[in-house]
Amino acid sequence: MLCVRNPKTLPNPTRHPLETPPKLSSSNYELCFRGMVMAAATTTASHLTSFLSTPEFCGLSRSLQWPQRKRRCTSRSVHRKISASINLKPPPYPLHALEPHMSKETLEYHWGKHHRAYVDNLNKQIEGTELDEMSLETIISTSYNKGDILPAFNNAAQVWNHEFFWESMKPNGGGKPTGELLELINRDFGSFEGLINEFKSAATTQFGSGWAWLVYKEHKLDIPNARNPRPSEEDKKLVVVKSPNAVNPLVWEYHPLLALDVWEHAYYLDFENRRRDYISVFLDNLVSWKTVSLRLEAAKVLVAEREKEMAEIDAVDDLEMTEPEDSDMYFGSDPEDTEDFLDDE
Amino acid sequence: MALRTLATPKTLGVLSRFQQQARGLQTFTLPDLSYDYGALEPAISGEIMQLHHQKHHQTYITNYNKAIEQLDDAIAKGDASTAVKLQSAIKFNGGGHVNHSIFWKNLAPTSAGGGEPPHGSLGWAIDQSFTSVDKLIAKMNAEGAAVQGSGWVWLAVDKELKRLVVETTANQDPLVTKGPNLVPLIGIDVWEHAYYLQYKNVRPDYLKNIWKVINWKYASEVYEKECP
Repeated sequence: MLCVRNPKTLPNPTRHPLETPPKLSSSNYELCFRGMVMAAATTTASHLTSFLSTPEFCGLSRSLQWPQRKRRCTSRSVHRKISASINLKPPPYPLHALEPHMSKETLEYHWGKHHRAYVDNLNKQIEGTELDEMSLETIISTSYNKGDILPAFNNAAQVWNHEFFWESMKPNGGGKPTGELLELINRDFGSFEGLINEFKSAATTQFGSGWAWLVYKEHKLDIPNARNPRPSEEDKKLVVVKSPNAVNPLVWEYHPLLALDVWEHAYYLDFENRRRDYISVFLDNLVSWKTVSLRLEAAKVLVAEREKEMAEIDAVDDLEMTEPEDSDMYFGSDPEDTEDFLDDE
Repeated sequence: MALRTLATPKTLGVLSRFQQQARGLQTFTLPDLSYDYGALEPAISGEIMQLHHQKHHQTYITNYNKAIEQLDDAIAKGDASTAVKLQSAIKFNGGGHVNHSIFWKNLAPTSAGGGEPPHGSLGWAIDQSFTSVDKLIAKMNAEGAAVQGSGWVWLAVDKELKRLVVETTANQDPLVTKGPNLVPLIGIDVWEHAYYLQYKNVRPDYLKNIWKVINWKYASEVYEKECP
């Protein structure tokens, strides 16, 4: 739902490892796809769409307008009061419940120390600042700061990433996805095995610390830094991406569906250096495909709502007979068009 | 039968190394440590030292050798795309080999002088640049703890400016990526694999303790070579 009239300031998603964070425009809206419940997603979407329908929005510069958007809620606000502190949310299962695939000891350190430290340090960083009282997603997009990250980003993004990670797993997980998720997987990866191979490859080749993701993408070209100016249904697909350190696909305006933490602290106690074994065990025994499906549903609802709103905005604009700013971009792309402009005839 | 025995994977490996050397490609092997795995305890556990050396460093070497063989082939064939594609693998794994080779020399058991503060010209230079060794250690520990994700913290000498600097690098980037004139004197690995089994998430404790086994003698030798 980014304003497509400013194509110069498009975000920069990538499937390749980022050596340095790219300079990106940050999103001016909150990505509300954490909601596991479709009702939450719909409610969230309606908050967004009311904001989006303001003519002012499309005229906004790319500078962050977050003070005005403090109360633009995310799904979080439906379930959680917006407060000064970010909370340490426990995994949706006891710490021993993922054994023998992920030990209780790992959960005790990974959730109890690492995740907790991110929460505590973030709260210390944001206390008394403008970031205080914002939702976590807003803190992330604000502190990502178009790629020139501000100090709160690492902690904020890691809090989000870890919550998302715990919820991506369940006791006796694994198996295969079903329904629409499986259909899209077959369409976009050829087969379930195709997805698994690509996910394993991304997780293995994320050098150093980072994450591997399955995401739902929309209206993006398959190259970085390009929002498709003529969005089509084909843009919408499942994609595997990887990210370094704390970076997550929210900053690229993808909709995360599944995450795997490949920081060494995530697997060292159970697997030592054997990251490949950890990845296989995760995919075979821990992934909650049901959660992934719910996230996909929520993302699609959000996307549909947004498109509806954009269509309404376009209709309003057509009525006002304003010229789209980017009409020149495609002028002359058809050979027949250029013939009239050749000098040497 | 004799021929069959010759063609074992090990023999074939030897043969291909032979071919590599015949065409001038230098590959690498894991350097030995000059101390036992357990000799740095209690600062760094023997379990960590063994895994770090035999698994992590060995993997960097194996993958680096693979990458440069492929690079050699690509260059010989004029395949620029492949040559470029290999650069990140070369940087990751080559950097890993370079950095860890330095790291093992940066460490010594206390019985062999580990932890003994520097004397001579390096000690004097540290006092000049950082007021004292303790202040330098505090600075390196602060910067090492602040590295997000994986990386290294270094004490280096700028061989042109003849000046000591503290630097950090991300992932396995070697120190030269921060400046072509930087010569590493001491590097401390702050990847989680360097300390997790013993110190878990408490990287500052690892950094505090590692100085008990830092080999200042080696650092002094390198410094004196650059700044005689």
